[in-house]
Amino acid sequence: MMVPVDGFMYPNEVELAWSVLIVVYPYVTGLVAGAFILASLERIFHVTAVKPTYRLALLTALAFLLVAPMPLQLHLGHPERALEMYLTPNRGSAMAMFGFVYVWYLMAVLLLEIWLDFRREIVLLSQSTTGWKRLFYRALTLGSSNISEGALRVDDKVGWVITLIGIPSAFLLHGYVGFIFGSVKANPWWSTPLMPVVFIFSAMVSGIALVMLVYMAMMKIRRQPIDMRCVDTVAQYLLYTFIIDFALEMLDLIHRVYEADESFRSLDFMLHTRLFFSQVILQVVLGTVVPILTIGLIQIFNVPEKLRRLAYTVCGCLTLVGIFAMRWNVVIGGQLFSKSFLGYTTYKVDLISREGELIAAALLILPFLILAVLMKILPPWVEGEAARGA
Amino acid sequence: MITRRKLLMLLPAAALAWEYVLAGTPESAPGYNRNQHWWGMLLDIDKCIGCGSCVRACANENDVPEGYFRTWVERYHVSDWRQEVPQVDSPNGGKNGFPPSEAQGGKNFFVPKMCNHCVDSPCTQVCPVGATFHTPDSVVLVDDTYCLGCRYCIQACPYGCRFLHPIRRTAQKCTLCYHRITRGLTTACCENCPTGARQLADLKNPNDPIHEFLKTHSVQVLKPHLATGAKAFYHDLDGSVR
Repeated sequence: MMVPVDGFMYPNEVELAWSVLIVVYPYVTGLVAGAFILASLERIFHVTAVKPTYRLALLTALAFLLVAPMPLQLHLGHPERALEMYLTPNRGSAMAMFGFVYVWYLMAVLLLEIWLDFRREIVLLSQSTTGWKRLFYRALTLGSSNISEGALRVDDKVGWVITLIGIPSAFLLHGYVGFIFGSVKANPWWSTPLMPVVFIFSAMVSGIALVMLVYMAMMKIRRQPIDMRCVDTVAQYLLYTFIIDFALEMLDLIHRVYEADESFRSLDFMLHTRLFFSQVILQVVLGTVVPILTIGLIQIFNVPEKLRRLAYTVCGCLTLVGIFAMRWNVVIGGQLFSKSFLGYTTYKVDLISREGELIAAALLILPFLILAVLMKILPPWVEGEAARGA
Repeated sequence: MITRRKLLMLLPAAALAWEYVLAGTPESAPGYNRNQHWWGMLLDIDKCIGCGSCVRACANENDVPEGYFRTWVERYHVSDWRQEVPQVDSPNGGKNGFPPSEAQGGKNFFVPKMCNHCVDSPCTQVCPVGATFHTPDSVVLVDDTYCLGCRYCIQACPYGCRFLHPIRRTAQKCTLCYHRITRGLTTACCENCPTGARQLADLKNPNDPIHEFLKTHSVQVLKPHLATGAKAFYHDLDGSVR
């Protein structure tokens, strides 16, 4: 299939090396980091208003973390060799370290924290259920069935320490993803030390928006009243991180425009043509400016609760679309221009292929299914089944 | 037609070849000491006529898939008034030569491109499993039996020299015909260049003419600001070349 090219591309550049799956990968990883950082607000910084989202945020982070390596795996030319990254890593490679950061985050931070936090419910469920469920929950207790006050106090203390370790780990997890791109000196669209920082803040933005939406959706599904104090506070944090994120991205943009180095003409051309819709319309206007202004106005004016709920829902959705567009613009945008700065190629996603739209969509839906299962196994609601069972 | 006798003669050779395939290592080159060489390439822009012989020779020698290139030739047209925005084309990598230029005025010249076998190669740095590596004689190679096909090296190469082999699903690039140069031969592209625009250079060999050439001519590498330690040395490289 002939790929439409404007100007001159090096012949091997015409076909994009990284597909939409590599867009999904930082997007999903960012949601993990963001959700975890939201959870840590309550645990470490004692923002009690967001407590109703605490456990939900942890489970959301886990559901997305389990999916995070899948797009990479599907993208590999030889997926069967993926474990070589663990067995014989090139320690100088940013990508090689992903495996270790991922395992650290999954095993040492998230799973441990969730287990400690849900241990009481797990033990109670292992006693109140019957049949295979009982066996399942008994296995989840890992043999630790002491839920005395003293034991729970220890759990809480250890959990606090793990969250404390978890915050820099979440930064590391996603900052490292930014570093994978930011350290490629061959590509001026990526090569900036701001990239890891921008990735972290955009991750926080997307994770907070996701948990806010999931919380509101779950309350609706469960026919429970939405804790507006909680949602208002989450939205406030969304606004703060959004402002930092937007400021960083604008700083990057202004820097590029003012410096106007040899790559500027290419980047400028792309912004006005191939990336106009995804970058200017989706990412900046709809995905950033509209949510910032909307949530900002809510802080100033006395907006009725119903309207606030609607505004948060719309803003949450726009934020998620905007951050996805941001990942798209980084990953795909960074490959649409030639490293000779003399031409531009085109990317058209297949519908059905190993790296096509359907697989990408499935990978974005899968974490929600996993989350549904996790919520069934470990109800995150304080007045949940476990408590009632007890 | 293959007779029984021919078949009997072929089988041991096939078995031997298969052994090498299974081992995943190149055939040994007796007498070749990898520590005594430091390979590079001299590309003389004044001499390149854009015939595409090098591209064809490379494709034949290394079984390069159609539409991908381990080496290619670019044609530059630089106008008198806008040096920094040259017009460049490379139809099918220059494999079949170039149609007559329609550009008026200015200057035209051909630029052969290939892996620069950089000393500080970004591709080697980023490979997550070390499948891309430097040989002791300074050639950057890819271990086809080890490459994951993650394509990070393709992104990291500033010169666009790498591609993912559509069948083998591993990263591929110019090997500087390592299977040839370790046996005392030159590369397929150098061998087939009718004007001597490409010359294999052994920087550790004091008798190699490269030393005299480097002393007496103006030589440049591509994108020197990226500090990759490129070893594809271009003679009379125009400032407009990217």
